[in-house]
Amino acid sequence: MSDPTHLSLAEARDALKSKRLSAVELTQAHIDAIQESRALNCFITETPELALSQARDSDARIARGDARPLEGLPLGIKDLYCSKGVRTTAGSRILDEFTPTYESTVSANLLRDGAATLGKLNLDEFAMGSSNETSAFGPVVSPWRRAGDPDARIVPGGSSGGSSAAVAAHLCLGATATDTGGSIRQPAAFTGTVGVKPTYGRCSRWGIVAFASSLDQAGPIARNVRDAAIMLRSMAGHDPKDTTSVDAPVPDYEAAVGASVRGRRIGVPKEYRIDGMSAEIAALWDKGVAWLKDAGAEIVEISLPHTRYALPTYYIIAPAEASSNLARYDGVRYGRREQGRDITDMYEKTRATGFGPEVRRRIMIGTYVLSAGYYDAYYVRAQKVRSLIKRDFDDAFAAGVDAVLTPATPSTAFAQGEKGAADPVEMYLNDVFTVTVNMAGLPGVAVPGGLAENGLPLGLQLIGRPFDEETLFSLAAAIEQAAPKIECPQPWWREN
Amino acid sequence: MSVDSATVRRIAHLSRIAIDDSEVERLRGELNAILAFVETLSEVDIDGVEPLTSALPMQMKKRADVVTDGGICDDILANAPMREDHYFVVPKVVE
Repeated sequence: MSDPTHLSLAEARDALKSKRLSAVELTQAHIDAIQESRALNCFITETPELALSQARDSDARIARGDARPLEGLPLGIKDLYCSKGVRTTAGSRILDEFTPTYESTVSANLLRDGAATLGKLNLDEFAMGSSNETSAFGPVVSPWRRAGDPDARIVPGGSSGGSSAAVAAHLCLGATATDTGGSIRQPAAFTGTVGVKPTYGRCSRWGIVAFASSLDQAGPIARNVRDAAIMLRSMAGHDPKDTTSVDAPVPDYEAAVGASVRGRRIGVPKEYRIDGMSAEIAALWDKGVAWLKDAGAEIVEISLPHTRYALPTYYIIAPAEASSNLARYDGVRYGRREQGRDITDMYEKTRATGFGPEVRRRIMIGTYVLSAGYYDAYYVRAQKVRSLIKRDFDDAFAAGVDAVLTPATPSTAFAQGEKGAADPVEMYLNDVFTVTVNMAGLPGVAVPGGLAENGLPLGLQLIGRPFDEETLFSLAAAIEQAAPKIECPQPWWREN
Repeated sequence: MSVDSATVRRIAHLSRIAIDDSEVERLRGELNAILAFVETLSEVDIDGVEPLTSALPMQMKKRADVVTDGGICDDILANAPMREDHYFVVPKVVE
């Protein structure tokens, strides 16, 4: 068989089932690809021995006719998910050599279903970033290159930049990711991959390093819609260990891929046509509308009047929750400790040296907006605006809209160092189209829409009703079918 | 609203993050840029709006008040930077 890293997850599953390929061969091919692709810096920790032992078990299972849904399929795990016995860093120095004695529920679900785990994928520190440049383990380089600009190191998006780059570069069949303000969908859009942020509560958050607990949600990044659907089915499900996890059956998402979208009402929110939107993004959006119309969907203009307040609301709520969640990194129970003259000095030195600049900044903003005298003016006000943002979507869905179509990002990927150096807010604007979805707890998917003039991928976003991921998979598949096929560049980054 | 350098120092201390005097001006600029960015929320009419505390309406789940876990001291201490027997060790906190 030719290079098995060129297979999609669904194709690899079928090849294993029909015994045209062994799980060990498939896993070894990905391990080789990872070892030759270290220039991209996708992985923080590689676990080839673990993956091969899982693959050997899978081959034994397949031989005795006892294959599970993801049997023998090698995946990457964002290093925000705790992995039993494998160092877990959250992209931060403060966790040091932290090695969990337990497995996160979502990654345990993937293992239960037979997946092999190739290692832990790089990310922005504590998932705070949009370019993977805040990682304490160095930035990830996208496999994509800007036309006529081979020296620029393009960012893979963030925070799930290791996940998106590794999937785009064929280093794994799919990867886990997390999304607090756009961290699955923006990197997927930047790398021409498919990213799904499920409804809040669809996947357990247990064992995933917390950033902003009312917004965080786990989901997959994969190379096509079907692969993402297959992964989400295994990842999702009720977990008594997460009180916000929802006790509802998990549908067969793969069955929704290819289902007709005839008669579906798609809302196009006029407020997303922001000032200064590039002509290219506007044209992409128009194409998305045309593709869905051709597939039989009905397009209606809708209004989501509080859209422009979503990002400012996010930059109060997310740092507030983060400042509380990250209080646990105190140098006592796990991770790094700096010596101090007393316990407070020990805390302050540990946190000053353990956290990077973006994380320190967000903890401080969060602390400020929760502090006495400012709590009502900032935090409570933001929570009220959040209600209004959610109400906008509730009203649109109540009026009969099945899903909302928007661009995924305001631009293509940029190069390292190009954004946010002078003003942190410049980087935050990356999430302008994605963050509303987290505010309202809704499911969203980013799906490739083609290439921009600069040769980099562009993505469209679909937003669905709560727990109606199936409609999103059907619509995303219709866009995937109609959009021009994009091919990741030849592996220029390989070391040999 | 904007913060002055005394407020930056106070927030850093509340956050338990040590800062150098040389960092205060830069942090003040960055925090004020973020505060200016969120200032736009003051124009929203929030009269009579309830704060949203849960992304989706859900009842807080309850379980029987019984021990479901435990006896894993070694696991809990496995990653401690400093420990003694079954205790975390910290600098002296009482005189």
